[in-house]
Amino acid sequence: MQVPILKQGLFLIATIQSALSDADLLQLRDAIVEQVGKRRSRGVIIDVTALDVMDSFATRTLRDISQMIRLRGAETVIVGIQPEVALALVQLGLNLADVDTALDLEEGLAFLGQKIKSFDHKAPNAGREMGTRER
Amino acid sequence: MSDEHQRSRRKLDSAEPSSEKTAKIVKESRIPIQSDLDIVEARQQGRTMASQLGFTSSELTLVATAISELARNIVAYASRGEIALKLVNHSEKKGIVVIASDEGPGIRDVSLALQDGYSTSRSLGMGLPGVRRLMDEFEIETTLGQGTKVTVKKWTNG
Repeated sequence: MQVPILKQGLFLIATIQSALSDADLLQLRDAIVEQVGKRRSRGVIIDVTALDVMDSFATRTLRDISQMIRLRGAETVIVGIQPEVALALVQLGLNLADVDTALDLEEGLAFLGQKIKSFDHKAPNAGREMGTRER
Repeated sequence: MSDEHQRSRRKLDSAEPSSEKTAKIVKESRIPIQSDLDIVEARQQGRTMASQLGFTSSELTLVATAISELARNIVAYASRGEIALKLVNHSEKKGIVVIASDEGPGIRDVSLALQDGYSTSRSLGMGLPGVRRLMDEFEIETTLGQGTKVTVKKWTNG
């Protein structure tokens, strides 16, 4: 089950649409990390609204993706973790503390926009041609 | 007692729950576990079966997550094994029993494996303390060189 990755302006949006096997998750990880360079994206949104179970492997892979994307110079936000899934994660003792999350796609886009704006603000002459409307 | 998914892979435990007084098993299923695809299959079957009993959707997610972790341990540590799912539909007690069994290497130090922090480290932990918290009852039998059997149960509140 392949996860579609769409480009939306400066961002990539990966929307998980069904249960994923471990192999699917690893494929998603590799595809996102590659696409971020190919499309010169500044941020990635992973929408997990459709995931009914997030176990230790899924959690670890999402954390890995987030860290790898950061190493590639972009930001990641996970959106759409369902209340039941959040409960299960907490009870399992799984830690997503170092991963940015937002309620839904809309909040995720706003979050990334904010994050990139503050980055560009700090380094206005860093050769970034995009996203520097405010000067 | 209906037995839709009986597969004659190998005999599971002989302690049939039907001998537990009047407990009535309405359904059971055995899923051979040997790849990551089987992990998904097991937790989806578990959720579907448990949903017949009046669990809340949160509880269904907890059950499915626990099954996922147990199946994952089988793949990671024993390569192959089995998840057996049984519904208990008794007048005053309804719930699901999940038995994860394998003939893998066994666990050397069970009390260590059940310690929090040990298993939730960055590395591949067994996640047993987490599974214990997700469910209502937890039992483990393990013999070095012979295998491991984890039995967990979740009861409805209704």
